[in-house]
Amino acid sequence: MDLKTPLYDAHLEAGGKMVSFAGYTLPVQYKDSGVIKEHLAVRNQVGLFDVSHMGEVVYEGKDALANLQYVLTNDFSNLEVGRVRYTLMCNENGGVIDDLLVYKCSDEKYLLVVNAANRAKDVAWMKEHLFGEVEFSDQSDQFVQIALQGASAKEIIGKLTKEEEIPKKYYSFTENANVGGVTCLLSRTGYTGEFGYELYCKPEDGIKLWNLLLKTGQEFGIIPCGLGARDTLRLEAGMPLYGHEMTEEITPLETDLNFAVKMKKEDFIGKKALIDKGEPKITRIGLQLTDRGIVREGADVYFHDKKIGQTTSGTMCPFINKACAMALVEKNSVEIGSPIEVEVRGKKIKAEVVTIPFVKK
Amino acid sequence: MTKATELKFSKSHEWVLFDGDKVRIGLSDYAQDQLGDIVFIDLPDEGDDVTKGESFADIESVKAVSEAYSPITATVTAVNEELLDSPELINTAPLDSWLIEVEGVDEIEDLLSAEEYKKFCEESEEA
Repeated sequence: MDLKTPLYDAHLEAGGKMVSFAGYTLPVQYKDSGVIKEHLAVRNQVGLFDVSHMGEVVYEGKDALANLQYVLTNDFSNLEVGRVRYTLMCNENGGVIDDLLVYKCSDEKYLLVVNAANRAKDVAWMKEHLFGEVEFSDQSDQFVQIALQGASAKEIIGKLTKEEEIPKKYYSFTENANVGGVTCLLSRTGYTGEFGYELYCKPEDGIKLWNLLLKTGQEFGIIPCGLGARDTLRLEAGMPLYGHEMTEEITPLETDLNFAVKMKKEDFIGKKALIDKGEPKITRIGLQLTDRGIVREGADVYFHDKKIGQTTSGTMCPFINKACAMALVEKNSVEIGSPIEVEVRGKKIKAEVVTIPFVKK
Repeated sequence: MTKATELKFSKSHEWVLFDGDKVRIGLSDYAQDQLGDIVFIDLPDEGDDVTKGESFADIESVKAVSEAYSPITATVTAVNEELLDSPELINTAPLDSWLIEVEGVDEIEDLLSAEEYKKFCEESEEA
C-alpha cells in the first residue's frame, strides 16, 4: 500500500491523476491542465509541486561535519550556515548511491534531502558509516516539502514573508521563516531550471501552506503541477536524475558531475576507486532530434554507423518544443553540432549533439 | 463532431467507424485521457497491411510511448497526415481524429458498442 503525503486530499480535490511513485501516491498531472500546460506555467509564470516524498535526514553533533566529509563526495568544510550544497554519495567502487542536498543549519547540525526511492538504502548506508560524536535521525515523516517554481515565485513569497527572511542567493535558506503564518524552512532551490523556492513545514501545516501559496499565486496564474512536469522540466534544464544519469554502476565523473566531487578532499568513500579508474571513458551529452519522433532512455546512439553509447532519459521538451535526450557516450567521440543517430524501435532517427541545458533563458 | 454512439470500440481502446467498404480507426477518448498530452505519432504507410490484434501505430505522449492495435485485418488506404504535424488533435478531438483508413477487411474482432465500451472502461478502472 502506497503512502499518502499530507497533501493527498488537496490533490484529489484539484483533479490530480494519482500514480504510484517511490512508495507514495502522487499526482502525475492534473485534470484541467496536463503535463505541457503545467510545464509551461513554470517556465512562463509559476507552478506548485508537492515533493513531500523526498526524504530528510539530520546529522547533529560535534562530528557531524567529519561524517559528511567522509560519506559524501563534495566538500562541506567551507560551507556557511544558511547555505545549501549539492553532492553525491558514492559506494566503494565509486558508483553513485544517491545525489542529495546538504543544508547547513549550524556548525553542528546539517539537514540532508535525499531521493524518496533511495531513502531506505541511503539511511542504511549512512548509519553503517557513522563515527564519533554524532546523532543521526531520519526525519522524513516530519516534513511536508512544497516546491514553488517560476519567476513569479518571488512576488508570491514577497507577499507572504518579511523581506529579511527571504533567502536572496541561489542555494541559500532561512531555517525558521514565517511564510503567511506558517513556520518553514525556506530555501532558494529547485529542480526545474527556473527561479524558485522550496518550503519545508510540519505535516499538520502542509495543507494550509499549499492552499495559501495557491491563493496568493492566483493573480500570477499559478497552477498545481505533477510528477510529469517535474520530469520534463528537469530534463529540459539538463538536470541529471538518479536511476537514469546516475546509478551505482556509473561514477559521477563518467556522468559529468565532477563539480560535486572534491578529489583534493582528504578521504571519502569511493575516492580510491575514482583514482584507480583513472580518466573516465564515457561522458554525458545532450541531443536534440532533427527528425520527427521521441527518444526515451535505453536507445542506442550512433555516430557514422558506430555505436557510441545509450540514452539515459528523453522526452518532448514543451518549452523549446523539441524532442531531447541525455546520453552516456564514449568520451571525445562527438562534439557540439555532431550529427548522430538514435535507434528507436528498430529505426534510426537523426539527431544533433547540443549543449546542456536544452532550455536557454 | 462524431458521436461515440456512431462508433464501435475495441477492448484495446481504439474506435472503428464503418462507412461502406471503408473503415476508419482512431483512439478512444478514454485512451487519449489516460495517455495525456500526445506529442508524436508514427503511422503506417498507405498500402501497408494491418493485422487483427497487432500494433499499427506508436503513440507518444509526454509521459510514455504506447501502441495502437488494429481490431481488423485489412489494407491501409489512407493515413491522417494532419496528425503528423498536429498530434495534439487526438487529445482535443479524439473521435474526429482518425489514424488510418483501411479497406479489404479480412478478419475483424468482436467490437463493443459505445455503451458496452463505457462499462468496460469503468470496470477496468475499478479493478
